[in-house]
Order: sequence, then C-alpha cells, then structure tokens
Amino acid sequence: MSMDSKNPQKFSSLYEWLTTDAPISRNQARLSALYMSWLELRSNPMAMFGITILLALVLIAWSAPLLAPQSPFTQDLAARLTPPGEGGYILGSDSLGRDILSRLIYGARITLYIVSLVALLAPIVGLFVGTAAGYLGGWIDVILMRITDIFLAFPKLILALAFVSALGAGIENAVLAIVLTSWPPYARIARAETLTIRDADYIHAIKLQGAGSLRIITRHIWPLCISSLVVRVTLDMAGIILTAAGLGFLGLGAQPPSPEWGAMISAGRKFILDHWWVATMPGMAIFVVSLAFNLLGDGLRDVLDPKKSSK
Amino acid sequence: MSKDNSAGIGLENVNVWFGEDNERVDAVIDAGFTVSFGGSFGLVGESGSGKSTILRAITGLVPNWSGKISVLGRELSKDRGKEFYSAVQMVFQDPYASLHPRQTVDRVLSEALSLHGFNNVNERILQVLDDVGLDKTFRFRWPHQLSGGQRQRVAIARALIIEPTILLLDEPTSALDVSVQAEILNLLTRLRAEKGLTYLMVSHDLAVVGHMCSKIAVMNGGKIVELLSVEDLRALKAEHPYTKVLLDASVQKRREE
Repeated sequence: MSMDSKNPQKFSSLYEWLTTDAPISRNQARLSALYMSWLELRSNPMAMFGITILLALVLIAWSAPLLAPQSPFTQDLAARLTPPGEGGYILGSDSLGRDILSRLIYGARITLYIVSLVALLAPIVGLFVGTAAGYLGGWIDVILMRITDIFLAFPKLILALAFVSALGAGIENAVLAIVLTSWPPYARIARAETLTIRDADYIHAIKLQGAGSLRIITRHIWPLCISSLVVRVTLDMAGIILTAAGLGFLGLGAQPPSPEWGAMISAGRKFILDHWWVATMPGMAIFVVSLAFNLLGDGLRDVLDPKKSSK
Repeated sequence: MSKDNSAGIGLENVNVWFGEDNERVDAVIDAGFTVSFGGSFGLVGESGSGKSTILRAITGLVPNWSGKISVLGRELSKDRGKEFYSAVQMVFQDPYASLHPRQTVDRVLSEALSLHGFNNVNERILQVLDDVGLDKTFRFRWPHQLSGGQRQRVAIARALIIEPTILLLDEPTSALDVSVQAEILNLLTRLRAEKGLTYLMVSHDLAVVGHMCSKIAVMNGGKIVELLSVEDLRALKAEHPYTKVLLDASVQKRREE
C-alpha cells in the first residue's frame, strides 16, 4: 500500500487497512464501511448467486457481437421454426428463421437498458417526493401524497398502457411509462422513513446548528432512506422486466424486428403448441434474470437494513 | 449581536403548550428565571415537569409558546436566526439518538463548521477532539464504533466546535452509566471554566445539579415552584413542600448508597 508510507500508523496488509476500527482518513472510513457490507453480502450464497447471474448478463450484453453465433436480424425462411439443437440453432429458430440464441443475447442489451433507466429514475422521483412530503409536512405533504395515491390507485400495466398509447410505442416511451407508474411506492417508503427520522435528536441537532430544510433533507435524511429504496428497487426489478416484457408482448414496447424478450414471447405465442421453444426460450431468460434480481434484493435487505446496522 | 455582558438567558411569563382547544396540554406554565452571562443554572424536577420543554422552547423546537425569552439581552422572535444558532448550542440527553448513524465523527464536526463558515477545518476538528478528551484516532469512526460516553463527548464536541457562548444541557449524563457520568460532568465543568461558557442544565438528579450549578429552579407540574442557590440546596434550606420532598428523597438515596 502506498498509503502506509505516509501514515504514522502502519497497516501490514490491505485487509487490515480495510477492517481497522480506527481509520485515519475520510476515504479509508468510507471504503472500510463498504468493504464490511461486501463481506456480509459475500457470506450470503443466494445473493452471490444473483450477483453472478447479473454480472454474466452485463458481460453478455457488452460482448453480444462476439458471443452471438449469428446476426439477430438475418432471416432464413428455409430454416424457419427449427427445433433446438438442429441445423446449428442451439436454441432453435423463430418463425422467420432467426437464431433465438443470438436474439436473446442482443435482447439482454435492451433489457439492461430498460431496467437500468427505470431503476435510476423511478426511485429518484420517489425519493424527492417522499422526503419533501415527510419532512416539510402540512399542505405540501397532503398535496404530494394525494397525487401519489392517484397514481397508486391505477393498476400499473393499465396506466403504463395509457401512457404509451398517448406517447407512442417504442422503448424510450415504455421506459418513461414504467417510471411514471412505478415511482409512487418509492415515495411512500421514503415518506415513511422520513417520518421516523425527522424527530430524531440528530436531526434536531443539525437544525440547531442552523441548517435549512433543503440541506437537512438532502444531506441528512436521504442517506438514511436510500438503503431501503435500494432494496425495494432490486426486488421490483423483476416486476420492471415483466412490465417491459408485457408492453412488448402487447406490441407497445420494443417494435419488430428488435429482439426484446417480451416481444419475442409475443411473436412465439402463435406457435406455442407446435413449436414450444419460440416462446419458452425468452420466457426462461426473463425468469432467470428476475430470479437473480430477487435473490440479490433479499441479500441486500439483510446487509443494508438500517435497523440491523444501527444496533 | 449586541452584547449585554450581564445577560445570558432570560425568561418571563413563558407558557408552552401542545395541541389546541380541548386537547390542549400545558407543559410549562408562567415560567420565569434569568441566567447570568457566564453563570450556570440548573432546572430540576421529575419526568414530565416541563424542564426539557423549556430548553426546547428556547431552541425553537416546540411550535407553541408565548411570553418573553431573551438570549444575550436580545428578545427572541418566532424564527431563530443564524446569530442565535451560533451563540446557543444544545447537548441532548441520549447520545445513542443524537448522532447521525451514517456519519463519521469527522463528518458531523465538519458539517457544523461548514454551516457556520469556519475555515481551518482540520485544525479545529483536532482541537475540539482534544478539548473533549478524545484521541485523534476517533476522528473517522462511525457512531456504532463508539461507547455511550465517547458518543456524548462527540455530541459535546459538535456543540462546542462552532464556539457558542451558551450551552443548553438536556440531562447530558442520564443515559450513561455511573462511572462515565462523573467523567462527562468533570469534562463539562472543565470546559466551562476554560471557555467561560454559560450553562443551562436540566436534570432530575439533585446531586448532578448541585455539583454543576450555582442557581437552581425546581419545577413541578409545569410550574417553577422554587428558585434557590446551591448553598441553600446543600444546607437543605428549601421552603416549598415539593422541594423538601425532593431533597429528602435525595438525602435518603445518599444514605442507602
């Protein structure tokens, strides 16, 4: 470690540097807190399984042109609906003779794109609305929470359908529609967390030091809300993938010939009895990725639960 | 802030209540006392007697109050300004609840400095840690790595680092065990002598207040029933029947110990 030479206190190894209970710099304190969480997450085999699958998904999406045996768009009508394993089609071919494996590999990009955009936007909107409502209270709370209630009162997919039909079909609009329908639960969680925090002595203390509402919300309340939101987001990821797939299935998400997994299921529906693999393969992909996110979410809940770590 | 050197804190006809109309509960009724600049004043009483509520009224943490509260010779309006926060700081009762669980000691202290626009952040943090008797290895620790007494020292450091003149102490030792209580009380006594601070201390423990304060107000049921000096307290010269009961109970406890 290059840091050791500068510091009066010696750490004989990186491990010791990370696990010391007397850090000597801001960064060391931060890194060692992160490392402790990682150690706890690592001891949870199911969460590690989830992380492995998700890392593999990212890797597959990133190196799709190298991995895919064929172009996802090349049609070969002579080889249409080839069963898995025959004629060089490992997972079979679809009704236009396109290789399903290649389409799944390229489809991972679309799935990751949708999931990461929604996972970034929806909790941030919810965090803003929820913490502002919870901390400021009064009529701001009433107005923001009634808006949240209105959004919550609609079934998610129906509302997303309405948004997409209004905005026009396409992946960007599908993302926007999913964000617009999925922020209310995050706002609810953030508000509930804020209500338990706002009257804590440490918030009173910072108020007595003259901090304004904006500073208290962003620097003192947000860090405590984020962990429960992160957990909730990973648990919702499966739902986000399914909503995106549902929109694709209904023809309102990704448009042909885009290899989005939901749209692929939709296309395979016509042949589901005679040619099961066309719809089953993308279904399996959605299942595996959803499962991975759920397992990771469970693991993160154990690591990040503020009640547990504040003991 | 215009400094009237004799005036620390003054309260006149202060009432504090919670709820409205039928649900109104009067927590403090017609309270009045003065704390001279550089003095130390104790508020004693049982739980629910309104002593902590008085501190919260001074700091503006309760919404409903009436009467006159003045700090350093200046009457407070409903909104406390930056001047108030740089002159008055508070140490809370429970050190397990008064430190942000996701902030290191360093973060807590530098946040206070940046709110009040201080420079020399590094030197000031090291200085204040030294003042409250914490080694500099504590600087980057998280609250969950600290004991109760260490946490309370950090809370005192947080209050002191912005160089206030008045410190409000809300039962600063009641959540700590007995040996640590004495350490914190000695620390507070030393800091007052070194920095010429004004203390307003709330406690249910007559012995603690007798050790720390020169003037004492006894509260019961939201009212101040008696004001007495520490000499009167030590000589057990109380006039009000409630104060006598408190004194008797305290003496009794001493004998048993």
